[in-house]
Amino acid sequence: MAEEIRAEMVANVWKVVAKEGDTVEEGTELVILESMKMEIPVIAEGNGTIVTIAVAEGDVVQEGDLIAEIA
Amino acid sequence: MFDAVLVANRGEIACRIIRTCHELGIRSIAVYSEADEQALHVQLADEAILLGPAPAAESYLAADRIIEAARVANAEAVHPGYGFLSENATFARAVEAAGLAWVGPTPESMLAMADKITARNLMQDAGVPVAPGSREPVNDVQHAQQLAQQIGYPVMVKAAAGGGGIGMSIVHGPDGLAAALQTAQSRAERFFGSPAIFLEKYISRARHIEVQVLGLGDGQVAVLGERDCSVQRRHQKVVEESSATCLTEPERAILLEAGRSAASTVNYRGAGTVEFLFDLESRALHFLEMNTRLQVEHPVTELVTGIDIVAEQLRIAAGQAPSFPIEAPPAPRGHAIEFRVYAEDPQRFLPGPGTITQWDQPQGDGIRVDAGYRQGDVVTPHYDPLMAKLCAWAPDRDGAIGKLAAAAAAFTIVGPKVNLPLAGEILNDQAFITADHDTGLIDRLRAPAAR
Repeated sequence: MAEEIRAEMVANVWKVVAKEGDTVEEGTELVILESMKMEIPVIAEGNGTIVTIAVAEGDVVQEGDLIAEIA
Repeated sequence: MFDAVLVANRGEIACRIIRTCHELGIRSIAVYSEADEQALHVQLADEAILLGPAPAAESYLAADRIIEAARVANAEAVHPGYGFLSENATFARAVEAAGLAWVGPTPESMLAMADKITARNLMQDAGVPVAPGSREPVNDVQHAQQLAQQIGYPVMVKAAAGGGGIGMSIVHGPDGLAAALQTAQSRAERFFGSPAIFLEKYISRARHIEVQVLGLGDGQVAVLGERDCSVQRRHQKVVEESSATCLTEPERAILLEAGRSAASTVNYRGAGTVEFLFDLESRALHFLEMNTRLQVEHPVTELVTGIDIVAEQLRIAAGQAPSFPIEAPPAPRGHAIEFRVYAEDPQRFLPGPGTITQWDQPQGDGIRVDAGYRQGDVVTPHYDPLMAKLCAWAPDRDGAIGKLAAAAAAFTIVGPKVNLPLAGEILNDQAFITADHDTGLIDRLRAPAAR
């Protein structure tokens, strides 16, 4: 079962830390967003493998946009 | 006085400065980014000049474009507000080199206070109390271990060029030091362009108290009282008040004299703030840093003294005398409290930009709102989340708390996330009401809800 990780707010993608195929566990940092002068780490909420990283550094994400998929 | 002043900022502080320009009959020139074309500060100013695209590096931080805008608009002075280029000595120099007046201290005073290690040493040597800490930057983990041993755990790891709590962490023992050092260095490098780190004794129960000063640039300094800014989230202030009721009169006298002496040591010119930590256990005072600019929370000082700090800044920059005798500023009267209205959720404090579909701000006797937005505006992710400052004044602290709580409850902002519910929580907190709180108040409020 794939876990979809979506943006909680409008933000810029500052850093993509993980890549597709990486094995992750709960708490692994995937992407770091930046909004209103604050860094917001996006973390995996469970164990698995990254199927998709849907964003690139410099992208702007809207609330609800897909960031990554973990299966 | 100047005929025209360029305001190199945005949001509530640009609006605030423009208001005083209007009152003094000064033509105000706003600058803006493409994201701020419809912004309130652009509307309020007599004239507005586009700087560039939304990212701050291409607009509000683009020093050359700002100076060019000042030239085009025939400005005589540049007011930097806070944040952005306000503490950038290179920019201040460039402004002066372009034949414009800099509404702020000399670049030399700015530099003396910019590096936290230099500032600490300077203050220590001038007899201003500082917390035990390192007099030089930390080189490596071994050096850090050695220093931490001397200072005594817990220690704070801090960026020398830092501010806003970025890169700061508390270390309770030798085990955590290496990791904290590495994190602090990388964040300091990214945010401030310098990885220099220093250590300072961590004070577990403290109040953050600061002194508002106004210097003439020749060592003469007026002290406009103190502010207690102990209510913070992520080391950033949320509630500020004047006076600091936790101090005894002799303690207040020591604090104000330390603030005066700090500013005088660097021949400070204009408005500045000397920040201290007040240790609630030992009741000792420790110099933290000096902010060489107008402070976000200056309205609480204005409410208790009746002084327009921005007007005094402009007078001093224009070479005029302040409106009051420097050795005898108006005595503070009553109590004022400010709440920072941020576009962030009140639980986790995560930012939440958005379009403002409703904005109804409270008004009334003793209520002051410094707003940077109004209905229909868009709060974008590009800049800091401060939307407005809500302030209340009353003859005493209890009265000010009641008034501010009522005003916060009556303030409606719909669209972006807004932290207004936090105001009610803080103002109803027993420790806050009795002024027995410390800088951990918000962490304590949020602790039971933590996942």
